[in-house]
Amino acid sequence: MSADLTILLPEIVLAVYAMAALLFGVYTTKDKTAPMLTWGTAGIFAVLAFWIGFNGEGTNAALGGMFVDDGFSRFAKVVILISAAAVLVMSESYMAKRNLLRFEYPLLIALAATGMMVMVSAGDLIVLYMGLELQSLSLYVVASLRRDSVKSTEAGLKYFVLGALSSGLLLYGCSLTYGYAGTTMFEGVIAAANAEHISLGLLFGLVFIVAGLAFKVSAAPFHMWTPDVYEGSPTPVTAFFATAPKMAAMGLFARVVHDAFGNVTADWGQIVAFLSVASMFLGAVAAIGQRDIKRLMAYSSIAHMGFALMGLASGTAFGVQAMLVYMAIYVTMNVGTFAFILSMERDGQVVTDIGALNLYSKHEPLKALAVLILMFSLAGVPPLVGFFGKFYVLQAAVQADMAWLAVAGVIASVIGAFYYLRIVYYMYFGEETEALDPAMAPAQWVFLMASAAIMVFGVINLFGIEGPAVAAAAALVN
Amino acid sequence: MESLAADYLPILIFLGLAIGLGLVLILAAAVLAVRNPDPEKVSAYECGFNAFDDARMKFDVRFYLVAILFIIFDLEVAFLFPWAVAFADVGIVGFWSMMVFLAVLTVGFAYEWKKGALEWE
Repeated sequence: MSADLTILLPEIVLAVYAMAALLFGVYTTKDKTAPMLTWGTAGIFAVLAFWIGFNGEGTNAALGGMFVDDGFSRFAKVVILISAAAVLVMSESYMAKRNLLRFEYPLLIALAATGMMVMVSAGDLIVLYMGLELQSLSLYVVASLRRDSVKSTEAGLKYFVLGALSSGLLLYGCSLTYGYAGTTMFEGVIAAANAEHISLGLLFGLVFIVAGLAFKVSAAPFHMWTPDVYEGSPTPVTAFFATAPKMAAMGLFARVVHDAFGNVTADWGQIVAFLSVASMFLGAVAAIGQRDIKRLMAYSSIAHMGFALMGLASGTAFGVQAMLVYMAIYVTMNVGTFAFILSMERDGQVVTDIGALNLYSKHEPLKALAVLILMFSLAGVPPLVGFFGKFYVLQAAVQADMAWLAVAGVIASVIGAFYYLRIVYYMYFGEETEALDPAMAPAQWVFLMASAAIMVFGVINLFGIEGPAVAAAAALVN
Repeated sequence: MESLAADYLPILIFLGLAIGLGLVLILAAAVLAVRNPDPEKVSAYECGFNAFDDARMKFDVRFYLVAILFIIFDLEVAFLFPWAVAFADVGIVGFWSMMVFLAVLTVGFAYEWKKGALEWE
């Protein structure tokens, strides 16, 4: 039992911290403690990320295999924790300025992060569901954080209703899987789902679970909540939605299909390939008409999920590795882009229309250059890091004899390049309009520049994330 | 696996029967009933008075808050009861698991109390 608790320690620390801080906050000065708690939570995330990243070794199972700590879960947890910390740090000034910085905000993010850590470590259908719900319930609340705004409450409600629907689908799939495999443990499910024979009930369970998870990663055709929720939520919350939960849901997706259904790759491979193609094209085409940068980023994230799913669709260890590298790059790009979006305001009012960026390069050459690099990287233009992420997943698809999928990906990526390049066009060749405020919080500036710098200098060796990604994929696929 | 599915056959038959019977009753009312509507018949009936208000009233959000808080602590009993019945069998791990659960719940309770969610005014 105590060995189990040692393996679970990072999650326990985070959960206990969140509860203790909640009581501390409510029994002292309430919202006055919020800036301190925000920095404190970000600090704890960073410490836990280092702890997990440098301390973990091998594969350890806790609670009889229900909770798995391996290279894969550690990779995902480090990405989740670092991106969550980054979003908290860069959102502090934005939230404080708009009177949104309640002390519950960092703590809900901490609880969501706990849920995500449980998700990527799940070795059992019940643990999977528990982690997912802890994450989702926290996110529903932060989506409607600005409770006097119709759009924010609408975003929260829409997210809740569709999230509950997807949880229902997922639970139905889990119950079918349990009914036909006779166990909720992934080890038992993988034994029941053989390559020669997979019973019809188990297949139905698999399909429902995949549909439920597709909702959570916002893959088309289960993407419909994404643009509205991204647009309605306060921008720091949108930044959070676009980073850590995506990594967590993707990690969970990979874990379920490989750990529980790893023997029937062909069965789920075609579903994931379909989700991938649909997401890439929908994300690329639907974003063309968007003028609101938050909605645009929502469609952009749908398209990026399509690419990450392409890695998963190949069903190989290399595919998982490509997916992990892709997600790490995607999260880094989004942190930088949202750091910029958070600073977009005119006369102190938030601006989200991309027309406001007209001739931005004249007023702010350095920041415009950083955004240009990020947009090129999001579009996948060589030689930036975003290109290598796409190259990786395309390679995984080709290696798995899915050349058609890779071709579809390239076509979708060319279509999608249009809307990223349009932002660059506005910034450099647009018409003269009223300029955005030059002020930018130091933390946002640092993240914008750091993210852009990583996109340029990362091409040398991708900052060595390939090694851990290889180890992570090897731990998952065997 | 076939026999496992066969075990559920009675439930399937029951479901079919329930749906069938429900449909028959609804359709019978639609098909067989004599209908002779006039404005008085189709207007809302309110104890003999004319309707004087919209039926969709706005309720104070505090009612929902109380209802939700009640559900949380009501569900807690749903966990406690089987635990208490099987108390002799759950062992020391089972005992402490429930204590941790109750502690987490108490944190939530202390928070909502201090936050003022339990006060009506």
